[in-house]
Amino acid sequence: MSDLLILNGRVVDPSSNVDDPRDVLLRDGRIAGVEKPGAFADLREAEVLDAKGCVVAPGFIDVHVHLREPGQGHKETIATGTRAAAAGGFTTVVAMPNTMPVNDSVDVLRWMLSPERNAVIHVLAMPAATVGSAGEEQTDFTALAEAGAVGFTDDGKPILQPNMMRAALMRAGELGLPISQHAEDPGLSHGAIMNHGAVAFRLGLRGYPGVAEYSIVERDINLVRDIVAKHPGIRPHLHVQHVSTGRALEAIRRAKSEGLHVTCEAAPHHFTLTDEAVGDYDTNAKMNPPLRAEEDRRAVIAALLDGTVDCIATDHAPHARWEKEVEFDRAPNGITGLETALGLALRMLHRENGLSLARVVSLMSTQPAQLIGLSDRGTLRVGADADVVAFDPAAEWTFRAAQSRSKSKNTPFDGAGMLGRVRVTICSGRIVHRG
Amino acid sequence: MESAPLHFPYAAGCLLTVEHLPVAGVAEILASTSRLEQMDAAERAAVLAGRTIALLFYESSTRTRTSFELAAKSLGATTTLVSDKSSSIEKGESLKDTGLTLRALGAEAIVLRHPSSGAPFLLARTTGLPVLNAGDGMHQHPTQALLDLRTMLSRLPGLGVDAAIHAKTLDGVTVVITGDIRHSRVARSNAMLLSRLGARVVLCGPPELLPDEALGMGAVELERDFDVALRQANVAMMLRIQKERLAGTTLDLGEYIARYQLSLERYRTVARAGTTVMHPGPIIRGLEITGEMADAPESVIEEQVTQGLAVRRAVLARALGVHV
Repeated sequence: MSDLLILNGRVVDPSSNVDDPRDVLLRDGRIAGVEKPGAFADLREAEVLDAKGCVVAPGFIDVHVHLREPGQGHKETIATGTRAAAAGGFTTVVAMPNTMPVNDSVDVLRWMLSPERNAVIHVLAMPAATVGSAGEEQTDFTALAEAGAVGFTDDGKPILQPNMMRAALMRAGELGLPISQHAEDPGLSHGAIMNHGAVAFRLGLRGYPGVAEYSIVERDINLVRDIVAKHPGIRPHLHVQHVSTGRALEAIRRAKSEGLHVTCEAAPHHFTLTDEAVGDYDTNAKMNPPLRAEEDRRAVIAALLDGTVDCIATDHAPHARWEKEVEFDRAPNGITGLETALGLALRMLHRENGLSLARVVSLMSTQPAQLIGLSDRGTLRVGADADVVAFDPAAEWTFRAAQSRSKSKNTPFDGAGMLGRVRVTICSGRIVHRG
Repeated sequence: MESAPLHFPYAAGCLLTVEHLPVAGVAEILASTSRLEQMDAAERAAVLAGRTIALLFYESSTRTRTSFELAAKSLGATTTLVSDKSSSIEKGESLKDTGLTLRALGAEAIVLRHPSSGAPFLLARTTGLPVLNAGDGMHQHPTQALLDLRTMLSRLPGLGVDAAIHAKTLDGVTVVITGDIRHSRVARSNAMLLSRLGARVVLCGPPELLPDEALGMGAVELERDFDVALRQANVAMMLRIQKERLAGTTLDLGEYIARYQLSLERYRTVARAGTTVMHPGPIIRGLEITGEMADAPESVIEEQVTQGLAVRRAVLARALGVHV
């Protein structure tokens, strides 16, 4: 493979605390050099990308996406979903297992990861923690880990039984992998349609109280603490998905300060919107966990600023238009998110709340890479995978759902203002998106 | 924070929620209600002659369905009734497709009753037709609020059905709404409409049926003690306990009856003289209200039904763009 040179950019690599003008050389799918401007001037054979005005950063990593294959190709395919991801600057995504059939076996996992799916970026997967995500019987963690699993989750549903969750945390902990938990006690959220509160009351929709989330988060933290106390050789890793309430974040903050291996993610919609966005029953503002009240939105931002949140994850959840064009209470949960993540993160976190560009990049690449143990990604260190994004951090633009690369257009951000535009996405040294 | 986009993708003539209805719109509807009432039958039958209105009912209904149907027919319109029990809805046809089918068959407006809150918004967006919300889930029942308003006006001293409608029309009037507020579209519609016309709206009930979030509706007060509330009422509106929706709550019906039932005895000992008793129906005699109270002269439950017919004529004419 020929050389690819990225010149004149501002390299932001949180893994090495670099935030300086640098030229980057990619060779044979690896980072071959990051040097002061002009250092590669004698490389005449290389293909050159001019990144003037752009931040050059490690490609983004999303630990929580729904690519819908196998089984629901009318919503998204691995091919279309990864193109949307590339357009958003992502070079690695982690597919959730709520496919049809559920990704609970080595066969399904291999099918998803196969080159025949025509992914344009790296696809990884977290298979189900229990068979069929039914919560009854643990899947074969060892075999799945050998086949490439980067964690286990029954996403969409919590691992509800405390014994099952405890066993999953222990077994995954022995393998050095996280249990990624959708924290929801269905006994408290039964029949709930949107966030509990004044807006839900006014709209006559059943409310989903915050306690349904934080009670499970608190329980899981107690399980981690208990395992650590009784089994000093095991280091269980609890990862809490899409945290939406201040109280759950507070529990995670305390767990981290205790030294427990508890991580969490925040979704762009939860730090951008509140339950008011449901408006007159816009099903593109319906997801699980739901958009919350303003104080929760502020709590998510505070937790991103103070480091409680480990990464930004989109929970990209495509649904066909006809599936969303139904009564609000019958509409499926979820919105797309891969192409709006950077634009919202820069607008809401960087510009409005003063989070540095390096911290935004870290939340979108370096930290999620560490979270799932990818030592060669989320970094521009020499020898690492040549997964790079170049984005213009000052570009203001308007997102148009109709232009999305995703097969589905279910987003509340159609027409929303974005800050920061991806110009080039490079995966394994190949250009996979130009914007 | 993102603000909701400003757009109104609904046909003029829609009546989806009282929140969309400006005070001037309320005044217009009540004025045309009176004008239609004063017409003779033949003149009325010409108002919507040759027009087609579909009634789409996904929930059972006696009062609302019959009064919409009679109102439309009295204006000369052709009506067609589609219910979920005897149509392709049973075969899984979506609300959008059902609406498009009715539109293709010539319906110029659709009256919708649906168990899902917000369903009329979906129907109005997907068909582009004027949609009249005849009750959606726990959300709204706008014509009920309008007919309740007209009933109140007819009873309140110094007002009358042709009283001028503005933001102070109901100044000094206390309306106490008691019962299952949580599940009640009638309560939401009335609370929002009456408070905008100057009424003091007091909501009354136990926390299981009246959560604190109700205060989020705006200008309303909460009172847990029915006697305290009733003592202040010019209008006491009682609501049915929706037994089918009580699953999972801890409400004790015996205790509820003791604390919140409106009996003639309670009325006579607590309420001030002349307090009007209302109920949107259906009544469960012996639960939220006793039979004697429902049948007493202070109760205007039947007049509410009659006013429903009158008000629905006006909103149907408005839906089809006919100014009366």
